[in-house]
Amino acid sequence: MSNGKTNKSTINRRSALIGMGASVGAMAASGSFGFASAQSVAPIKIGFQKHATGIGAAYGRWYDTTTQAATKRINDMGGINGRPVELVIEDDGTDPKRGAEVVEKFATQHNCDVAFGTLFSHVVFGSAPRAGELKLPYFVVSEGHHVASGKLNRYTLQPGITDVKSQVQSMAPFVGDTLGKKVTMIYPDFAFGHDHRDFFSDAIEAQGGEVVAKIAIPPTETTFTRYFPSIPRETEVVYHVMVGPAVLTFVKELGEFFGPSRPEIFGFIDSLEAVDINSPGLEFLEGTYFWEGNPRHAQADQTSHDKAFRAAVGVDDRGASLADSKDVSTYAHMFGCWETLNIIKRGMEAADYQGPADRSRLIEAVEAMTDMPASDDHPQGPKRFNGKTHQTFGQQYISQVKDGKLVCVHTASIEDGLYEDEVDYTTQSF
Amino acid sequence: MTASRKSMGLHLGVLVVLAALFFILPPYHTGNMARIMVLAIYAMGYNFLFGYTGLLSLGHALFFAAGMYGFGMTVTQLGLPVPVAFAFGILAAAVVSLVIGLLALRTSGVAFMIVTLMFAQAGYLTILYFGEYTRGDEGFVIKQAQRTVAGIDLTSEAGRYGAAFILFAICFLLLARLVQSPFGRTLIAIRENEERTRMLGYDATRLKLQAIVVSGAVSGMGGATYALLFGYVGATFATVQYSIFPLLWVLLGGAGTTVGPLIGVLFMFYLIDISSSYTDAYMLIAGVVLVLLTMFAPQGLAGELRKRVMPWLP
Repeated sequence: MSNGKTNKSTINRRSALIGMGASVGAMAASGSFGFASAQSVAPIKIGFQKHATGIGAAYGRWYDTTTQAATKRINDMGGINGRPVELVIEDDGTDPKRGAEVVEKFATQHNCDVAFGTLFSHVVFGSAPRAGELKLPYFVVSEGHHVASGKLNRYTLQPGITDVKSQVQSMAPFVGDTLGKKVTMIYPDFAFGHDHRDFFSDAIEAQGGEVVAKIAIPPTETTFTRYFPSIPRETEVVYHVMVGPAVLTFVKELGEFFGPSRPEIFGFIDSLEAVDINSPGLEFLEGTYFWEGNPRHAQADQTSHDKAFRAAVGVDDRGASLADSKDVSTYAHMFGCWETLNIIKRGMEAADYQGPADRSRLIEAVEAMTDMPASDDHPQGPKRFNGKTHQTFGQQYISQVKDGKLVCVHTASIEDGLYEDEVDYTTQSF
Repeated sequence: MTASRKSMGLHLGVLVVLAALFFILPPYHTGNMARIMVLAIYAMGYNFLFGYTGLLSLGHALFFAAGMYGFGMTVTQLGLPVPVAFAFGILAAAVVSLVIGLLALRTSGVAFMIVTLMFAQAGYLTILYFGEYTRGDEGFVIKQAQRTVAGIDLTSEAGRYGAAFILFAICFLLLARLVQSPFGRTLIAIRENEERTRMLGYDATRLKLQAIVVSGAVSGMGGATYALLFGYVGATFATVQYSIFPLLWVLLGGAGTTVGPLIGVLFMFYLIDISSSYTDAYMLIAGVVLVLLTMFAPQGLAGELRKRVMPWLP
């Protein structure tokens, strides 16, 4: 596995021959010829655009862990088309400018076959144009609506994680039917929050409900109490999607404001990814509801796929690292890396991918995919990929905090999250 | 050979080398050089104010973003032709810098730094506030079809490099000329001793305002060029980080030298690019190098060259 590092060494012909002979002998002795020998065994290079630093670092670390585990599993199963998979990891600093540079590096220096793994939307936006120009398939794991909205290009796909529009839309029936019809939304005053505001407002109205107040919080805000008096008395549900370092303060102050008599609270777990739900100050969350892309805490009806996924990635039943129980994962999102890599594998096999000349065939092969049943390749649940919009759709989970545990109380179906196509990328030329 | 001939030879030589690099370097590095030239336009704009006029701004990201959004929004939302939208981007940056200059020049020294920083932060929040049009932090993409000029596809490697080179060369030569003109020399005089310049009868405030507008317009041109050649417009470019970058580039390369910004961007770009291949703590390496350079080459790389072997360097 490469880390984008180069090692200098001084190898003469004799030592090289001895080394090669010893290696072949050792492999023959162990019977470990895992990859096909009749064709090229040059590795398939997958450029992993990692948020190692910057605001996305917590996600990046777990995306890395998941990606490494998925790659190991693929290689243990014989690689892709008989070739091993090699990760080339570059830090994009969670920055769109550096993201574009990293994509260029994958394409023109590392000669990667595909690029993969970006989470933050602004990095996707900054990088996708260069991926398209360099004709490098770019598989993002971002949950942004950017791909399906038609703003990007044919080389950019999101087959392993659902997008925010689908997620929000599929929450509305549960919120409207179970929690209440009159919703106050509290969201960060930037694009991520605006997506929630716009998509959820439409979705809850379709359920016969209404958003009675929309409270936008400036991104520089560090204290929130002064916003809470704006929550109308008639509010039945508070919908919150705050993110960033001040989110713990937000939850604590919300609890102090309402005290014991509060409306129903529904939030997106994005607020508390990589944060222990039992952290001091979060007691107020008891009884509240969260959207989860994948249930962090193992459920009573846990599937064998989820069990295998946790074991491979190295997290326990509470979604924390097996090595350190205080190190909580980004469990609601990171499965996307696992599933995307498996889709890349399946696409390359369907396209009989041999090298960069086959990139367009790889994209066509992925575009041809539709239903993906739950399996060890898709531990989060079944998916339905839309080849025209390059976006996948899947189940969504709603969990309630009960005795400090996230207990899944509703599973939204794939159909709940479907919406009209906004683009047909297949009409774009390569 | 006179100093001006040496200077002319140096500048033309730099341009010849940059043009030749396209044919010599492998694709990855030609892509990098295109980006470096674009960022160097921004750095040259910054250097004009900081290096030659002595005004340390911490808000230049606002001018860069004004050019970027001025171009990007008019070409995508109004459908203006690329040259017109590009000119609009530069104009937007010039107008923003004029307004900021009129207000910020009521202060000086540390207060000037803080005021420019605050205006830039206000500009960043304004971009987020009008997210419906600007797409806020997420930004927006300029499609390939909207990045063609006179039939030349600026998304191709040759088209991008050529456009970056031409725009860089225009700024490079014009600014080199400007800093050696009476206007430029007066700005240097202001930098060296503003009171004395005033006593000599110059309207230092007006000249500094003009310098801010030139600096802002060139920085904005850098932003418009980035959007044109790399197809992305986003609020990240208006954050304080992008106000600090040109300061670092100019300090590294040599403040008050015409070649310093290019050297600084080149050095910093590859310092990060190479060190990030070895460690996630690459910014620590960048920091250590900056400290060492500050200690041993306080005038920057080109500044040290001017001090030791090239006293004629403009």
